[in-house]
Amino acid sequence: MNMMSEATLEKAVDQKMNAVPHKMIGKDVSVYYGEKRALFDVNLNIRENTVTALIGPSGCGKSTFLRTLNRMNDTIDHCKVTGKITLDGGDIYDPAIDVVELRARVGMVFQKPNPFPKSIYENVTYGPKIHGLARTKAELDAVVEQSLQKAGLWNEVKDRLHESGTGLSGGQQQRLCIARAVAVSPEVILMDEPCSALDPIATAKVEELIHELRANYTIVIVTHSMQQAARVSQRTAMFHLGNLVEENDTDKMFTNPDDQRTQDYIMGRFG
Amino acid sequence: MSASLLFLLVLLVGASAFVMGRSRAMATAGGKLSSLHSLPGYHGSYAAIWALLPSLVVLAVWLVAAPPMIDRSVLFHLPTEVLNQGNAPAQLALGQVKSVARGLALLSDAERSALDSGSINLRDAMGAKGIPLAGAGEPWMIESATTFNRMTANSHLAMAGVVLLLAIGGTLLALRGISQRFRARNRVEQVILGGLILASSIAILTTVGIIGSMLSEALRFFASVSPMEFFFGTVWDPRFAAAGQAGQAGQFGLLPLLAGTLYIAFVAMLFAVPIGLFAAIYMAEYANSTVRSIAKPLLEILAGIPTIVYGFFALVTVGPFLRDISGQLNGLVTGNYASFIQAQSVLTAGLVMGIMLIPFVSSLSDDIITQVPGSLRDGSLGLGATRSETIKRVVLPAALPGIVGALLLTASRAVGETMIVVLAAGVAARMQINPFEPMTTVTVKIVNQLTGDLEFTSPQTLVAFALGITLFAITLCLNIYALYIVRKYREQYE
Repeated sequence: MNMMSEATLEKAVDQKMNAVPHKMIGKDVSVYYGEKRALFDVNLNIRENTVTALIGPSGCGKSTFLRTLNRMNDTIDHCKVTGKITLDGGDIYDPAIDVVELRARVGMVFQKPNPFPKSIYENVTYGPKIHGLARTKAELDAVVEQSLQKAGLWNEVKDRLHESGTGLSGGQQQRLCIARAVAVSPEVILMDEPCSALDPIATAKVEELIHELRANYTIVIVTHSMQQAARVSQRTAMFHLGNLVEENDTDKMFTNPDDQRTQDYIMGRFG
Repeated sequence: MSASLLFLLVLLVGASAFVMGRSRAMATAGGKLSSLHSLPGYHGSYAAIWALLPSLVVLAVWLVAAPPMIDRSVLFHLPTEVLNQGNAPAQLALGQVKSVARGLALLSDAERSALDSGSINLRDAMGAKGIPLAGAGEPWMIESATTFNRMTANSHLAMAGVVLLLAIGGTLLALRGISQRFRARNRVEQVILGGLILASSIAILTTVGIIGSMLSEALRFFASVSPMEFFFGTVWDPRFAAAGQAGQAGQFGLLPLLAGTLYIAFVAMLFAVPIGLFAAIYMAEYANSTVRSIAKPLLEILAGIPTIVYGFFALVTVGPFLRDISGQLNGLVTGNYASFIQAQSVLTAGLVMGIMLIPFVSSLSDDIITQVPGSLRDGSLGLGATRSETIKRVVLPAALPGIVGALLLTASRAVGETMIVVLAAGVAARMQINPFEPMTTVTVKIVNQLTGDLEFTSPQTLVAFALGITLFAITLCLNIYALYIVRKYREQYE
């Protein structure tokens, strides 16, 4: 065992990582906003129980790709998606699929914390009530406690569950939004720059939370911060001008990327 | 010099002040515009303001104030026997003097001397110039009229002098002040600010004036009819025919009118609110941009139709239709083909008014729903809610205070609506709860009381002001309450 060289060890880790099954598979995904094409034949797979970071300069299509994963693009007029995206092997753009059910399985946390103008309790129970996951008061109470525990917010708000969610601080609001997403028991959580509106301390808390959530959920996170991508993710995908430039293990991506553009971006030469 | 010619001259001075101010500023700059604090145009405007503003204000004040002052001084110089007769005859005499004065200006020298020598009488001389005189005319009238004409001429001359002097003086003063670092731009800004404040205070003062006049007339009404009788009376019977006769005051009970007003407004809201709100939800949440760009203007055309046209429509089409269909329904059920809805009824008026209100409800609610941040919708959709769940549970609760405010504003419009009710609900002031029978409203009765040739001295007409102020108080309260609700809940959500 001691004789095993560092290179072999690395290879073993790689193999182990590669052995992780793919939760979602994107094949030749292209997105058009009216006449304008925003994504060009992206092939990107999302691994189960892994944090995948999408990086790239503004307007590169990373958020667009993220939103195709739970069909949030449907709400935009004149937006068209081609190619194929599967969740556990099932095509999510199949006309027969129920978008509502898809979004319950693939939850989303947005850039700006957007708690509903309701109490903290109602914010968390919103999803479970809609999907009929919890009916009695006891069940709802349990969901609220579990979700807030998972989002690391329980101790801060347990005494004021019935106060407005909009009265919390920015970081607390974002964790409330994460709790709200978790309450529906999704399989995948999409996060669109979840920390861009938060201060460094709140950011650290959310990042810690992402670490913990990884055990139970598959997470895809869009971020502008290289450090954040390096800290929270195991896989990183680099987008540029609507193309997927490179997808790799995060460690490799930030030390020895395959593509020159990735290196330039990470080194801060453009972006 | 006539006032309009003077006005033109002042404008001319103003225009040349602008040109001079500008060129002086350019000369001061010595070809380097950047050395000026303000652009030359501002210096020009500054000079023009100095030329125009004081002189035009003086012109306006003079034009308004001078004639009454001349009248007074001529009045004082009338013969004492005329003045002793009291105010009204003296005013009458003054009016005659002014007519004579107008006539004298038209007479030729020969006619004038004939008049002075007494060879033709005053009335005929004036009549020949097309100025009718009430009496034969007295010699002192000619004297007073001459004085009047002289004073008017003097006044005009003085006015022209003062105004032109002010215009030119202002221009010179402004031109002297122009220098490189002079802040003409800021001064012009101050004048603009002053103008804007003036405009808004005129609007506010007008409102205050209207309320004041309504209040004072209403108080005259309450001097003859007790407020208790008016506000709590249940019978409306103003006895028009008996107006003016002693002991025939009539009964002015507000309650039947108020009940009719609120009932019809309620029925109208019953039709307008659901339809308008659903239309707004469709427009704001479901319709794509193509549909919206066509459907929204079409919906808003409804708001542009004059209410008299709606009233017409109610009278000619909707009322008879409801009457006939109720007859048919009655016949189907009971075999008796008597219609139970009258052509003029609360239902007819409410229905048509409701249609009129739909665009108000939908347009106001649409704006409010669109203002709900898109991030809330995304949040809900992202949790797997359907669109209607999102609307019901997130968008509408967030928009609710605004929508309630909009509905209250619409209600205050329904309460104040007149023409539809006049034609569709009838004029019978009755207290009852059957929506199929006629009732009437406060506004209809105001129209009734004021269209006629009664004097504004009897309670029969003065009651209109009491009704008006009551209506005003109701709509004011509705509007204030709407604002209160909107403010209170907005704080909570943002």
